[in-house]
Amino acid sequence: MSELATYNFAYLDEQTKRMIRRAILKAIAIPGYQVPFASREMPMPYGWGTGGVQITAAIIGPKDVLKVIDQGADDTTNAVSIRAFFQKVANVAVTTHTADATIIQTRHRIPEAKLKENQVLVYQVPIPEPLRFLEPRETETRKMHALEEYGLMHVKLYEDIARNGRIATTYAYPVKVAGRYVMDPSPTPKFDNPKMHLSDALQLFGAGREKRIYAVPPYTEVVSLDFEDHPFEVQRFDKPCALCGAEEVYLDEVILDDKGGRMFVCSDTDHCEDRRAHGHVGAMLATEAAE
Amino acid sequence: MSTTPLLKVKDISKFYGGRTGCRDVSFELWPGEVLAIVGESGSGKTTLLNCISTRLLPTTGSVEYHMRDGVYRDLFRMNEAERRFLMRTDWGFVHQNPADGLRMTVSAGANVGERLMAVGNRHYGNIRETAIDWLGRVEIDADRVDDQPRAFSGGMRQRLQIARNLVTGPRLVFMDEPTGGLDVSVQARLLDLVRGLVHDLGLSAIIVTHDLAVARLLSHRMMVMKDGQVIEQGLTDRVLDDPREPYTQLLVSSILQV
Repeated sequence: MSELATYNFAYLDEQTKRMIRRAILKAIAIPGYQVPFASREMPMPYGWGTGGVQITAAIIGPKDVLKVIDQGADDTTNAVSIRAFFQKVANVAVTTHTADATIIQTRHRIPEAKLKENQVLVYQVPIPEPLRFLEPRETETRKMHALEEYGLMHVKLYEDIARNGRIATTYAYPVKVAGRYVMDPSPTPKFDNPKMHLSDALQLFGAGREKRIYAVPPYTEVVSLDFEDHPFEVQRFDKPCALCGAEEVYLDEVILDDKGGRMFVCSDTDHCEDRRAHGHVGAMLATEAAE
Repeated sequence: MSTTPLLKVKDISKFYGGRTGCRDVSFELWPGEVLAIVGESGSGKTTLLNCISTRLLPTTGSVEYHMRDGVYRDLFRMNEAERRFLMRTDWGFVHQNPADGLRMTVSAGANVGERLMAVGNRHYGNIRETAIDWLGRVEIDADRVDDQPRAFSGGMRQRLQIARNLVTGPRLVFMDEPTGGLDVSVQARLLDLVRGLVHDLGLSAIIVTHDLAVARLLSHRMMVMKDGQVIEQGLTDRVLDDPREPYTQLLVSSILQV
């Protein structure tokens, strides 16, 4: 009775995991190429990370340590529920520390701490096709990928400069992987694009609704597209993190009141906590302590 | 004039199941020559144009193109990558409806610049400068460079489409009813412009039209089609002034005289 009622390890049945693993292996073999796979219904709505969850379920083992982040934070709804899901269906250890994790499932950020060789970063991807908004026909975009016709991607960047005077795309910034496929790095801020380049960790991308898996193997070239006279640049922030004083990290703006009060804090909560534990103090914490 | 044809079309036929699109069409197109294909609607003009421009696969026949390196290549024996590269560099295709040939949601400058970026141009300033230059050549003001074609009139859209096609310096341009849907004064201006560009750039062109006035103004030579077959061809002035086939005589005499 109770035998029947339990789930298979990591929720998905073994045949499904096998199918997903095959897709993952193919994706790793052809960096940046979108491999179709038979995406399953998951016990969460599309848009909540069904693609990422399926990849994680297919690669996770009993000894893995899982970390889940949503917009850099470990404590937001999406991260908490996916973490709880795998605790329940796979009984694996979970962590919020980037350094301790073997699998990190992420929505929209790459952790600030440098990833290592034994780690896998799993991205949740809403729209895997970088050319989609310029070319609505799937038959045509596949052909463009096959024939390496990527002029259209620069049309988008051209439009950006024509309208805004600079490349105003700040997230889902297109990259070329291993000198071949143009890839959408999922809606991560372009601040994180350089971290994908020659990364020590394996990066896997899952799009559940669109039924696509793609990958960037470790130590693969990932180059952000740009123009010669408008080179790729990452966002800069005027102030360091208000809590931990970190510079050169990605910051979130937090509105404090309706009188224009605001603060900028690390989007990567683990990174921020870790720095504070090591005695770094940002401007806002320092004034609070003084009061 | 050069002694070798730019395009050799041999026995092109296209059947849609039991129906005939076009049958046994052969001709040669010479560098700098403008050829008009005329006939009533349903006579197979557009099918023929699509077959020659590799947008459709003909049932039988071959089309050989004189490449820039001097050799003839059979278009249907090239691989798709080569064919598409040829189409966006050495050829142009002007659609009847500009919305089919333009990207309506990106600016005029990006529309013109797309081909440049497709062949690897990665300098924004240069692309923009070239785009503005080409807009000028098709009589669109430079301050419209950042407007989307949606904000353009029909005539402007058609001129933008022409600029977009000519920016890579093609040698052969296909036009499918380029003046269809435009009012007569705009048509006249467009024809004038096309005639000037064809002459200045030494383009070869194949123009499909049902409007004999367009053929008269633009083309050196014309082919008259009926029921998928070419029934008469010759120099434009000869065909129009001295039509031999009864159908051509009918066609010429159907022109409204104002």
